[in-house]
Amino acid sequence: MTTRIVELRQGILKKNDELARGLRGQFESAGVLVLNLVSSPGTGKTTFLERTLRELRSGGAKAAALVGDLETDNDARRLAASGAPVRQINTHGICHLEAEMVGKHLDGWNLADLDYLFIENVGNLVCPSSYDLGEKIRVALLSVTEGEDKPLKYPTLFNSADAAVITKVDLAEPCGFDRTTALKNINEIRPGIRIFEVSAKTGAGMAEWLTYLADSRSTR
Amino acid sequence: MHELSIVSSIVDSVTETLASYPNARVKEVRLRVGALASVVEDSLQFCFGIATEDTPLQGSRLVVKILPVTMHCDHCAQDVEIASLQSFRCPRCGEPVSDLRQGRELEIESIEIEDEVEEKV
Repeated sequence: MTTRIVELRQGILKKNDELARGLRGQFESAGVLVLNLVSSPGTGKTTFLERTLRELRSGGAKAAALVGDLETDNDARRLAASGAPVRQINTHGICHLEAEMVGKHLDGWNLADLDYLFIENVGNLVCPSSYDLGEKIRVALLSVTEGEDKPLKYPTLFNSADAAVITKVDLAEPCGFDRTTALKNINEIRPGIRIFEVSAKTGAGMAEWLTYLADSRSTR
Repeated sequence: MHELSIVSSIVDSVTETLASYPNARVKEVRLRVGALASVVEDSLQFCFGIATEDTPLQGSRLVVKILPVTMHCDHCAQDVEIASLQSFRCPRCGEPVSDLRQGRELEIESIEIEDEVEEKV
């Protein structure tokens, strides 16, 4: 009997990482800005995205969305009402989106025709953080109804985000939302991150968010 | 809870590697996992037992080395290990740190294999 060690030094998610790299290249050469929206279920990703798509389109920009859920195409139907091209990805039990699912759902879309592509991840603050989807910007969302310490509880996600969005700010007061603590906590986990405070219902904070999108596109 | 899909990828990679070692049995699989990789060791171990059944990895041991989060502190001009995942600050000077150098790894470092047949001299 001989025992030996074989060095592998291999990324476990190598396959996903390679596919994501391929997608990123595709997105960059097509000139489309891709964002991956991640939050817990119920934060208001879909409502926020609905408003974002609507406002982008009324400003003349071309935006599309892929939306991930375990089951149903409810979100895709809601988002499609904005007039933007939307596709649903059903993961059937998988708790996150993977690059392969994104790639498959791009078939037939001419990316060069798009200015923005939003990928709404499955509602989950843990697993999506391990899976690169080829996005340029990862957005972590947190609603005022969730508690200010969420970033501290889920540092892996908030630390990997490029921007943070606090949603439902119109409910901040009735919820007793402690804004200062929330901002401090996000900064504790991801120092210097851009933070947006929005209400998709009233439109508060949307202008700043849209400016950020436009700036991120032009500085690609 | 995506540990099962992670473990399935491990089984695939190791099985692929074993193609070059036809008579080998896997004794140990060693991973390097960053503290920010969002996987839980207990859960990995549990899934490993299930996912390796009836594969060439059956009966092997999973060894997980957790790597601490290391950030670069501009102020101290050096890499520092952060003490808590609830505060990304340099433990030396207290300044916020955002330049991650280690902590998201999720890789198979090596495998230990044993040849089942006596090698002929």
